[in-house]
Amino acid sequence: MSLWRRLLRDRMAMIGLTIILGFVLIAIFAPLLANHADEIYDLAPMDRLQPPSADHWFGTDRVGGDIYSRLLFGTRITLATAVVGVGAAMLVGVPLGLLAAFSDGWVGASIMRASDIFLSIPQVVLAITIAQTLGPSIINVILALSVTFWPWFTRLVAAEARALRREIFVEACSALGANSARVLFLHVLPNLSSPLIVRTTLSMGYAILTAAALGFLGLGAQAPSPEWGRTIAESREFLPDAWWYATAPGLAIFLVVMGFNLLGDGLRDLLDPRLRRSQPRRRAVTVPQSAPIEVAAE
Amino acid sequence: MSLLSIENLTVAYETERGPLQALDRVDLTIGAGEVVGLVGESGSGKSTLASAVLGILPRNVTSIRDGRIMFEGRDLLELPERTVRSSVRGQRITLVPQDPFGSLDPLFRIGAQFNDLMRWKSPGQEHGRARRALDRAAILRALADVQIPNPEAVLEKLPGELSGGQRQRVLIAMALLPEPRLIVADEPTTALDVTIQAQVLKLLLRLVRDRGVSVLFTTHDLGVASEICDRIVVMYAGQALEAAPTQVFFRAPQHPYSARLLGSLPKAGRLPAGIPGDMPALIDPPSGCRFRTRCDRASAICAGNIPTPIRLAGGHEVRCFHPIQRMAA
Amino acid sequence: MPRALAATGHRAGQFVVTLLGVVVIMFLVQAVVPADPAALLAGQSATPDQIAAIRTQYGLDQPIPIQFLHYIERLVTGDLGTSLFTARPVLNDLVERLPATMELAITAMVVSLAVGIPLGVVAATHRNSLLDHALRLVTVSGFAVASFWLAIMMQLLFVMRLGWLPLSGRIEGSAPPHFTGFYLLDSVIALDPGRLLSALLHLALPAATLAFPVTATIVRFTRAGMLDGLSRSSVRYLDAMGLPRHVIIWKYVLRGALTSVTTQIGLLSGALLGGSVVVEAIFDWPGLGYYVVNSVVMFDYNAILGATLWIAAVYIVINMLVDFGQALIDPRVSAR
Repeated sequence: MSLWRRLLRDRMAMIGLTIILGFVLIAIFAPLLANHADEIYDLAPMDRLQPPSADHWFGTDRVGGDIYSRLLFGTRITLATAVVGVGAAMLVGVPLGLLAAFSDGWVGASIMRASDIFLSIPQVVLAITIAQTLGPSIINVILALSVTFWPWFTRLVAAEARALRREIFVEACSALGANSARVLFLHVLPNLSSPLIVRTTLSMGYAILTAAALGFLGLGAQAPSPEWGRTIAESREFLPDAWWYATAPGLAIFLVVMGFNLLGDGLRDLLDPRLRRSQPRRRAVTVPQSAPIEVAAE
Repeated sequence: MSLLSIENLTVAYETERGPLQALDRVDLTIGAGEVVGLVGESGSGKSTLASAVLGILPRNVTSIRDGRIMFEGRDLLELPERTVRSSVRGQRITLVPQDPFGSLDPLFRIGAQFNDLMRWKSPGQEHGRARRALDRAAILRALADVQIPNPEAVLEKLPGELSGGQRQRVLIAMALLPEPRLIVADEPTTALDVTIQAQVLKLLLRLVRDRGVSVLFTTHDLGVASEICDRIVVMYAGQALEAAPTQVFFRAPQHPYSARLLGSLPKAGRLPAGIPGDMPALIDPPSGCRFRTRCDRASAICAGNIPTPIRLAGGHEVRCFHPIQRMAA
Repeated sequence: MPRALAATGHRAGQFVVTLLGVVVIMFLVQAVVPADPAALLAGQSATPDQIAAIRTQYGLDQPIPIQFLHYIERLVTGDLGTSLFTARPVLNDLVERLPATMELAITAMVVSLAVGIPLGVVAATHRNSLLDHALRLVTVSGFAVASFWLAIMMQLLFVMRLGWLPLSGRIEGSAPPHFTGFYLLDSVIALDPGRLLSALLHLALPAATLAFPVTATIVRFTRAGMLDGLSRSSVRYLDAMGLPRHVIIWKYVLRGALTSVTTQIGLLSGALLGGSVVVEAIFDWPGLGYYVVNSVVMFDYNAILGATLWIAAVYIVINMLVDFGQALIDPRVSAR
């Protein structure tokens, strides 16, 4: 597909994709890549707060655990939390959006109103409040994420589906007697896939950041889980001496979110030219803008 | 001594597929108070020529291969951009643009845009409050001249609140206010309804005649050109093929292309005749005379060098090895 | 005028409905999930009796809908309940802490606009130059950095290693006399340069941390808006009429770009309010965000609910103001 080829040519997007794939591989092969894999939950007080060395590439934490290995295992938590959280948000948000777009009465209006209400609370605040209500655990972080993120999908899907509904071809199908389900699956959903893919990819980045913030505040996985946000929280009392303790997990977060953002930007430029923001418009044949001239058709 | 004298102008645009030869050794002169019509199809180079005179060709993709644009005794191509911007453009040479809908910024009131123009381009000599008062009076007068009713109210409006014809007249007023010697009118009526077109053209003609301002008027419409131009210059594929006083041109065109153009006009008693073929691509254009690929009078010599201009009586020039020698009856 | 009034009335109505909705959500969450707030409140080592006592004390033994109604009743009178931690009315706590957050958020917003807009203009006018690429890299990073981590890194560098800036808090020593609650303004009013300097130094890192992602967004939107604007025919016309470049860019094109930026300010203030939660926690900045975090840690349920409502209310008000502000920049909005 020429779409794939164009994506491959976008250097930034490819870097993003590589980073993401890298982290996925890390998550899968963590036990193999970590050099202290079986010890990550052990206490080794003799080795606590050691700077980076040949044996401990990112140093050790406050109980002597190898930060590098713990980071690798933490990747699993990070990615799983984000994927399930965003996935759940989509599972709720997309059908609601379709419902809102296709039902004309109070159902549609109240769905949109509900999403407005959710969106009127700054995301982090909402996530914190929900996670706190539910109690600190990873499952609850995932729940908090889905509650916080579903309105984005609903709004996106509702807007796009409504626009599509007005398109002539959909009306024509209905006029020809196709039933709603058929219209939905054959015509509406495929056209939604592009903006949805973009939105999902970009949401992954935000989800990871939000989950990390929740973990930092103690609302996520509890000790001795190697969750990245919690690790950063732990590290605070040992600054500035144990600088590696805070720096490593933060860089990990930065890299993986950067990866999703770069990929998401590239996908957006590719799939939704109306929203083209991160790249300047390229013209196929240079028709200088300030001297309008129509090149004769060949 | 002519006001504007374009000599041997050759311009190319750098594109991904190679240089696009937009203008090829174009000559053109405009005298004081003269309205010259630059006639050609899309892609003939008339807009490029207009942009070249104004000096707004995009620098990073344009290369001026040869030629001079002599205006008031100075070669505009030799002057630094800063000088051209501050003392020539918008002052000695102004523009009536093609697009009345986009050329006025929709976010600024008409009065504000006039004020900005006058702030930088006012011909007045005084400063401060005295000049602002004079400018405002001049703006109101100009709006009245272009037959805009209730000028004070219009100054407070946004461009979106005016019709296309009104906006075009505002743009004409803006072109006249700095008291220029030359106005470049780049297809100024193309975007308007036919009925409005005629009005605006008549208005423009009267205003420039009253002030003795020269006009370089580009158009693809021969009918329009015949209405207001003193002379007509025909362009094709970047080359200037013929230049003649309007009457002479319509009576006895010498270039085969001009003849075909006139033949394609609707006329009582016969069907309009098209010209077979397409305008050649300018990336790798035909050598010599670029019309030769569609000309029924072409021969081997036409593919060599571009023909030197033949000067006929009455300021009539034609570049052709096989001009039509028919003289008017 | 009547049109504007009707719009305000409409907005006020939305405001009320939204806040109601927030309360509904909070209670729904509590109803749906089998968590026991009383047990959480009592702590891990509490006996069942203690838990039951707490439950009664806070009316948690009543059915959820009844609790909900009680809450709404109190809400209408402006009573957001009593904080467990401070034993004071939640509303008082929030009002007290609002200026600190506002000072931080407004400073961050001002800094972001002052830095972001010119950078966006420069990036657009020097497209594809080294500067443009560098800026793009920075803006992409702006969205990828966890603000709590950035805050810690900033502390590491500027406080612990370089010693240039203070670690936490709003000011060294005692606060300036209270006029507005904004330490910067209060110091100026009290003609106290020492306190002004201290307040500024303390404001620097938190505001910078908060401003980072916001600046990135503004640079992006300004750049995109400028690029769109530069390709319009009005620019060609102004250029052809010889208007100076700086006038064309900074007056005409920027105005168009700003409309797309201002539509973002509403969303961005949400990001600021949200970001302030973690940033305040790290810098011990005594504002709303710090209050939320503290309440979370203390399981001060009333306080959390009250603070969430309060923050939502502030967010909605800011969005209303932004709508009015938009009409100033784009006269077409009010002309409709």
